[in-house]
Amino acid sequence: MSDVTEPFLIGEKMVGGYGGSTILNGCTIAVNRGEIAVIVGPNGAGKSTAMKAVFGMLNLREGSVRLGGKDITHLSPQDRVPEGMAFVPQNNNVFAGMTVRENLEMGAYLRREGVEETMEQVFHLFPILREKAGQNAGELSGGQRQQVAVGRALMTKPSVLMLDEPTAGVSPIVMDELFDRIIEIRRTGIAILMVEQNARQALEIADKGYVLVTGENRFTDTGAALLANPEVRRSFLGG
Amino acid sequence: MTDILNAFVVFANFVLVPGAAYGAQLALGALGITLVYGVLRFSNFAHGDTMAFGAMVTVLVTWWMQGHGVSLGLLPTALLALPFGIAATALFVLATDRVVYRFYRRQRSAPVIFVIVSVGVMFIMNGVVRFIIGPDDQNFADGARFLISAGDFRRLTGLEEGLAIKSTALLTLVVALVVMAALFWFLQKTRMGKAMRAYADNEDLALLSGVNPDRVVMVAWILVAALATVAGVLYGLDKTFKPFTYFQLLLPMFAAAIVGGIGNPVGAILGGFVIAYSEVAVTYAYKRFLGHLLPESLAPESLVQLLGTEYKFAVSFIILVVVLLIRPTGILRGKTI
Repeated sequence: MSDVTEPFLIGEKMVGGYGGSTILNGCTIAVNRGEIAVIVGPNGAGKSTAMKAVFGMLNLREGSVRLGGKDITHLSPQDRVPEGMAFVPQNNNVFAGMTVRENLEMGAYLRREGVEETMEQVFHLFPILREKAGQNAGELSGGQRQQVAVGRALMTKPSVLMLDEPTAGVSPIVMDELFDRIIEIRRTGIAILMVEQNARQALEIADKGYVLVTGENRFTDTGAALLANPEVRRSFLGG
Repeated sequence: MTDILNAFVVFANFVLVPGAAYGAQLALGALGITLVYGVLRFSNFAHGDTMAFGAMVTVLVTWWMQGHGVSLGLLPTALLALPFGIAATALFVLATDRVVYRFYRRQRSAPVIFVIVSVGVMFIMNGVVRFIIGPDDQNFADGARFLISAGDFRRLTGLEEGLAIKSTALLTLVVALVVMAALFWFLQKTRMGKAMRAYADNEDLALLSGVNPDRVVMVAWILVAALATVAGVLYGLDKTFKPFTYFQLLLPMFAAAIVGGIGNPVGAILGGFVIAYSEVAVTYAYKRFLGHLLPESLAPESLVQLLGTEYKFAVSFIILVVVLLIRPTGILRGKTI
């Protein structure tokens, strides 16, 4: 993709924070359809904040967010959902007291048709969910819960899927498994933006990587290039 | 053998049957409390007086209907007036939400502030009801009084003891069953019901799924108004309509909701019967019951009553304290208070 075409989703020169604080200092995050973009960086760099800003959970003082060329800077998070954005929060990302099937149904709450078809696709992607369809999501393991959470987000038929540390608190095996699924989701043409604590593994599957430090872009490149960059390796990937 | 039958009939007459009706009434009240707690996230102290308001409107409409010669024959006319009571109560609580609760919701006030606000609403409703219908007992029951009277039962069975079943007891159970079935069908099967459960379960995620919070809150209040009115009218038919008794019901109803597991509708029903039967069983005098079972030499002289009826509210209080100490989530795990 050349530099002149605008990316599908872009949060450009974002400045903002909670209350009066400033966490983001003009960082830019962008992702195209069929791509995985990963935000990495040290603790407190504003990774999750940057993603929440793109989703509208934070008021920007400067900068803008555009989706498919449309300015959505002033839309509330709820209003971004029908625009095709799906967000998987890091915590409390399932309806614990509802069955897996009901969780998925809630994802498709705004849609009237084709729900069963999308659910089939989700079951195909995460076969374990079909087995556990009648069980309460709160009774599942951490990894299975994450699958429910991602599945619920996919039920909105999004064009952008945003994941806030999807592998937090799951075992390495489950993490690999989740990353495999995320690669599969990318193949359907969805733009995927995620924040990751496990920087090295995440950059391995990333088309684009953003290294944030104190709310600014420090390095921006393809995942492979960032992994190969000695400075990035030394400072952020532990050698 | 006859002694055992007589003992059972006494027990059924004074404990089983009244307990079942009282339990169903408490369960309906507790369902409303648990619904407010689950969806709106606060303990609604105005619930008892919401019941009084709903029952009051129903009483007034019933009188008007009786005055115009409307009758349901064997069934109480109040059943016909019930929809009017529900509608009026729904309007009243929706107006209250609009004028009072919505302000605090937008402020994202702490639950304890909502509780205090609901106490204020309680006093207002309390005053409105007394202003309109007065503080005294009101009679509005008509139709058949007994399904079977004690005398008929004795004649029919030849037993020494009689079992009287008030028609309102059966009516209470049937109506409660229908209302509960409808509520569960709504919560489990309909789109709006699922949205309501999702909103109660995880508000943020429900918003991310496109659930409209204003609609959920509105439908929840309408359900609460319907449950409160039905509970209030059934209690009034079975016992008597008096505004103060509904305020007194607040404690057993809260105990029922918490004992069952607050926020959990099945728990509210279970809790209703647990509290009702505890109250009735502890305050019942077992003298006659034991008199039939024990040989004459051992027959008790005293009333064999664990607690005087005037202390019946202590029973719910004790159960409430014990549950909060031992299992704060309630019997069927609800939310921790």
